[in-house]
Amino acid sequence: MPFSQSHSSQSHNSRPHSSQYHQLSSHDQDADLAKAPSAWREFWTGARDIIPLVVGAIPFGIIFGTLATNNGLSPAATLAMSAFVFAGSSQFIAAGMLAVKTGWLLIVLTTFVVNLRHLLYAVSLVPYIKQLPQTWKVPLAFLLTDEAFAVVIRRYESEDTAPFKHWYYLGAALAMYLNWQLCTVLGITLGQLIPNAADWGLDFAMSVTFIGMVIPYLKRQPMVIAVVVAGLVALLSASLPHKLGLMLAAVMGIGAGVVSERLFRPPLVQ
Amino acid sequence: MTEVLLILGMAIATFAIRYVMFGASSRIKLSPGLLSALRYVPPVVLSAIVVPEVLLNDGSVHVGYMNARLVGAIAAIAISYFTRNLLLTIVVGMAVFFGWQSALTHLI
Repeated sequence: MPFSQSHSSQSHNSRPHSSQYHQLSSHDQDADLAKAPSAWREFWTGARDIIPLVVGAIPFGIIFGTLATNNGLSPAATLAMSAFVFAGSSQFIAAGMLAVKTGWLLIVLTTFVVNLRHLLYAVSLVPYIKQLPQTWKVPLAFLLTDEAFAVVIRRYESEDTAPFKHWYYLGAALAMYLNWQLCTVLGITLGQLIPNAADWGLDFAMSVTFIGMVIPYLKRQPMVIAVVVAGLVALLSASLPHKLGLMLAAVMGIGAGVVSERLFRPPLVQ
Repeated sequence: MTEVLLILGMAIATFAIRYVMFGASSRIKLSPGLLSALRYVPPVVLSAIVVPEVLLNDGSVHVGYMNARLVGAIAAIAISYFTRNLLLTIVVGMAVFFGWQSALTHLI
């Protein structure tokens, strides 16, 4: 554990001071965390809360390990990619591009575009992590994924002001990371023996988890409009390459929400 | 050698995007307008991921009872709406999806 040093002096300040972040939250799992805050409890709760998304990622890790080695990447490089890049979508795209003998520089540039959505996640987390020392920011940034963001932002938005929420982040993100490494190894070693992991349906765990996270947000009309617009745009732009459809949908959804906020104000439509 | 360049390049490109905001976070000040826009990020991104995941198969939209993902998703939406319980939403959504899928393969 490279992060065992205590940063309690800084971390006590790591919560946002504004209350505006809290109005949208509706969370159930935080009650016992609020009662007795402790770094390790946060850590393990984070690791526990991300389990459904870890399960959903299992087939993808296995398929990546199988696919990358089949497409000409050495087993060592396949492992290294999961260990040092740790970005599922771009790893898949890289494996696909290697199959058609694409040059490394073009793959790196594509990776950059595919991962642009992380900027949006990082900006959203800025108010909560800005007080942390760099020794925390570096690993937390490295471990940032769609899944970690989804779980962690819920914890940060929850009402209680527990001082160790970055430990929750670390626990959730690290669980995702370790699972990804393990599944990559499984894919490399046993991939040929494992029957079509894509057909298990385990990936659906991600969809139901995200649904369960989105519904509680839908309390006001601007948010409903934002979500509907994002879903529609994502559907219509799904054929765009490099996850650009997701980026476009997110931006359009946020825009729709902000615009309709203006339209519905001041008296909120009953 | 190419593999080293590839992985190094991908690692740097990915980390740079993930870290740039964190690294500068103590120096940048987000305006109230931007902060309130950012509140939309989690639900908007999650639904942009889920909707194509549920409705698209091989690039075309599938709406109907033959789409077990859609049936599971509707169950999950209903459970989440009425109970607000995330774990129950996941369990019921997965059970309905698997149940519907095996019913479809056995009956049709």
